[in-house]
Amino acid sequence: MDWTALSVSLQLASLTCLLLLPPGLWLGRTLALSRFRGRPLCEALVALPLVMPPTVLGFYLMQSFGTDALLGGTWQSLTGGSLNFSFSGILLASLVANLPFAVQPVQRAFEAVPSNLREAAWCCGLTPWQTFRRIELPLVWPGVVSALALTFAHTLGEFGVILMVGGAIDGETRTLAIAIYDRVQAFDEQGAALMSAMLLLVSFATIGVVYGLGGRGRRPRVG
Amino acid sequence: MSDEPLSPTTDATIPSGRLSVAVRQAGPIPLAADFHCDPGELLALVGPSGSGKTTLLRAIAGLYRPAQGVIRCAEETWFEAATGRALRPQQRRVGLVFQDYALFPHLDARANVMVALDHLPATERRTTAEAWLARVRLEGLARRLPAELSGGQRQRVALARALARSPRVLLLDEPFSAVDQVTRRRLQRELALLREEIHVPVLLVTHDLDEAAALADRLCVLHAGRSLQQAPAETLFRHPASPEVARLLDRHNVFRGVVEERDGLRRLRWGHYRLEVAHGLAHLPVGTEVAWYLPHSDVVLHRRGRPSRGERENPVAGVVREMAVLGGITSVTLGVAHTDDTLRFEIATHAARRNGLGRGEAVRVSLLAAGIHLMPDRLGPLSRGSS
Repeated sequence: MDWTALSVSLQLASLTCLLLLPPGLWLGRTLALSRFRGRPLCEALVALPLVMPPTVLGFYLMQSFGTDALLGGTWQSLTGGSLNFSFSGILLASLVANLPFAVQPVQRAFEAVPSNLREAAWCCGLTPWQTFRRIELPLVWPGVVSALALTFAHTLGEFGVILMVGGAIDGETRTLAIAIYDRVQAFDEQGAALMSAMLLLVSFATIGVVYGLGGRGRRPRVG
Repeated sequence: MSDEPLSPTTDATIPSGRLSVAVRQAGPIPLAADFHCDPGELLALVGPSGSGKTTLLRAIAGLYRPAQGVIRCAEETWFEAATGRALRPQQRRVGLVFQDYALFPHLDARANVMVALDHLPATERRTTAEAWLARVRLEGLARRLPAELSGGQRQRVALARALARSPRVLLLDEPFSAVDQVTRRRLQRELALLREEIHVPVLLVTHDLDEAAALADRLCVLHAGRSLQQAPAETLFRHPASPEVARLLDRHNVFRGVVEERDGLRRLRWGHYRLEVAHGLAHLPVGTEVAWYLPHSDVVLHRRGRPSRGERENPVAGVVREMAVLGGITSVTLGVAHTDDTLRFEIATHAARRNGLGRGEAVRVSLLAAGIHLMPDRLGPLSRGSS
């Protein structure tokens, strides 16, 4: 059992969720409520990682992470490190790859909130921010929860993108999914089976906890 | 409710005054509306679907910005296109009851009302919200979610929430359209009682003419965003400003005639009839074509064999084309001899039976001269634009 790989996987998934939450909320709400000219293009860009083969996405990310590319070069001049083959690199790749999972459920949830609820809140005297916090957020909560669940689970299982960008450096970029592949390549089927079961368990627990939370928000509260 | 209701209103502190609205725009929703409503008055905005009623309410609430115009309430300018002034909905303090009530589904009845009470100290919000719920007769339902309330109860929560903020204007957007008939009657009655306690302008949007006539002090008739006439229901139904208003108010007897003079007497020629008219004919030039209207209450059926009241007044012959029995009242449509027009009037069903009235029967009626209402200004499509 590769505990280091499990730890890398969990850190990657948690940080991806945490970092994607604010932009996911903002983008999902904007796409749901605003009617601007570039909206279809914007939606297509958000959905792109969903339809792109992970290795292709990984390839492009690897290219742009190179120190001679704009992104990679800027990163290096700022931090002194490289994006390729580093935890920061796979985290950034994971943020891009998970964008549709973080945005789309939130967008659907905001679309389902009747616009006159916002207007009723304004007429009650709530500012737009108070309206967001007290009216919209509680109503879109189940959507936010499923966005987090999908992002977390998808990050745990991501293979192609991580391998392309990060390789399999122990304690840095070797996630559990990659560790399983390595064990199979090394004919250690028992190790692979153990880690697969672990990944299954963690994924299931995550989804269970998260849906449990989401479900509580959905049920009418009587008291 | 035998006890004095605990009234959470703080009327004395609410600066209340006349609401005046004058808005114009060519599109996307055409608007050309002018009206006002005084504190304590209930003005109904009536008109068919798509006549701009809801858009006008939204403009007053600050949820919609028309291209041109001015909206003022109690000396305060809420909207003025010329200067670009437009107060946000939060600054206007309107109580708006949405057509589908727009209750916050995740908050119980009390919390819904409390949202509108942010201006109070935190300790008072809860008791004030409960007092408002009691005021709309929802004691004991404070902890229910909107999904656990009936349609009528939801409407009451929405009303309590709208009133809780001590609004300077109360706006009601078809507040009775989503409930059953029995509940609607009860809620209408409660609104009529409540009105005596809230001294702010109240605007009621409805397409139900009976509801508007029963509840409102005045009606404002709207069509395609234009305000056509404002008057008490009684005046509107007897003296519509134009054939268009008469049609919108579902009035049938609108005809055209020509002003005539014979032997020094002014008459209104209609087909081959020369009608006596009590008011308005004298100052019209001879030869003018004029639209005229007769309320169906001013059509008197002649009894067979026995002379009736006003029999000599504008006698007209016709054949019964249609008889619709609507409970105790029968609506009769008469094909008027020597014209292409049909005249409609109502008589008690028992009277219709007693008179042996039936389809195809020839009958005579009198058109009461005092009831004939001339609408000389609105003839052709040329004058349609003015309001």
